[in-house]
Amino acid sequence: MSDTIQFELVSPEEKLVSAPVHMAVIPGEEGEFGVLAGHSSLVASLQPGVVALYDEPQGEPRKIFIAGGFADVSAAQCTVLAEEAVLVSDLDQAKIEQKIADLNEDLGIAEEAADKARIEKRLNLFKAKLSAVTGHLVT
Amino acid sequence: MPSLRDYRDRIASVKSTRKITSAMKMVAASKLRKAQEQAEASQPYAQSMAEMMARVAGGVVVSDASSPLLVGTGSDQKHLLVIVTADRGLCGGFNGNLVKKARAKIKELQDMGKDISIVCVGRKGRDLLRSDFGKKIEQKFIGITGASKVEFADASQITEYVLERFDAGGFDVCHLVYNEFVSVLTQKPSVQQIIPFALLESEAVEKAPKKDEKTKEGLSSPYDFEPEEEQILNALLPRNIGVQIFRSLLDSSAGEQAARMTAMDNATRNAGEMIDSLTLAYNRARQAYITKELIEIISGAEAV
Repeated sequence: MSDTIQFELVSPEEKLVSAPVHMAVIPGEEGEFGVLAGHSSLVASLQPGVVALYDEPQGEPRKIFIAGGFADVSAAQCTVLAEEAVLVSDLDQAKIEQKIADLNEDLGIAEEAADKARIEKRLNLFKAKLSAVTGHLVT
Repeated sequence: MPSLRDYRDRIASVKSTRKITSAMKMVAASKLRKAQEQAEASQPYAQSMAEMMARVAGGVVVSDASSPLLVGTGSDQKHLLVIVTADRGLCGGFNGNLVKKARAKIKELQDMGKDISIVCVGRKGRDLLRSDFGKKIEQKFIGITGASKVEFADASQITEYVLERFDAGGFDVCHLVYNEFVSVLTQKPSVQQIIPFALLESEAVEKAPKKDEKTKEGLSSPYDFEPEEEQILNALLPRNIGVQIFRSLLDSSAGEQAARMTAMDNATRNAGEMIDSLTLAYNRARQAYITKELIEIISGAEAV
């Protein structure tokens, strides 16, 4: 069995990554998990977070932020479906912080439960983005 | 009998029409290329989604707790039709054919005594349906197709609206009526049921086994699900609807450009033919005029 696994990251608009990697770390809804070649077949839903791709066993991973999605893993292939995906290095911390501040403000004004839920959802997304940039958990 | 001047004016006006139609044709051709590229780029996602749906839905036992998106609300009295047309005309029978199809579907449902409501995507569909079903149109989305690129966010907007209405009990069954892009020359108006989810989508069933062949181990080992299948399915279903709506928008926008290109190509050719026949008539009239003058001069000279 080869020691790399074919990793694919697709968004509705295009195929973003299609490359063999040594390991992929994926933010599953029930916790992060690493995928190596020969992984057992798995379908998982993902939460907003960072996908880290390791080309070498030791080395710096490529980090990509995804806004939730699904992963479909088999022994030789790992496909991640994400609705939004950006390189972590492309995220702008100042802009995200500004957005969080705006959303917090909106949350204060919102009255209907449905609106609140929607804003909270967006807020969590941006918090996850911020965590991805700063490297530590923001709550 | 039109004068020479009349002919000249008409030729000039048809020529300028031809210029416009040929420019539109070229614009449509370049937009079509972009739209096709986009449709192609969205394929992997739609395909992986279909595979995943087939895999997850196959393992789930339908129970009372299943999402109504999968099993339906238990009634099929209220139908929602999402009708995808273009924002602009001048694209041959593109909008007309689609609206005809939609009318047929509406009539069929009404004859069965169902209640219908309509969501129009694209200005033309609304314009054409307003006179007959004005009261049934509950929402419209304009300005989504026809732009240089169809954004997934726009599709999500429609999806969100549809899901909200579904949760509020606004309808039981949802159909998507759109122009399927078959080839540059053919766009097929089609009706597709998106709610409740129908796994008879041939594509999903066909492609799932192929994947298993590719990964031999996948065949023998059953899939693990994290979290439970049920939960994944509930999360997948709305996404899947989003993907289908997005795909119909892409198909429709590629189809629109293709239809416009064909229509404008015909118009350009017709204008060319018209110019030829007008030029012929103009030359005849000019010769007749010259002959007439000559006769006048000669008979004038003879009279002297």
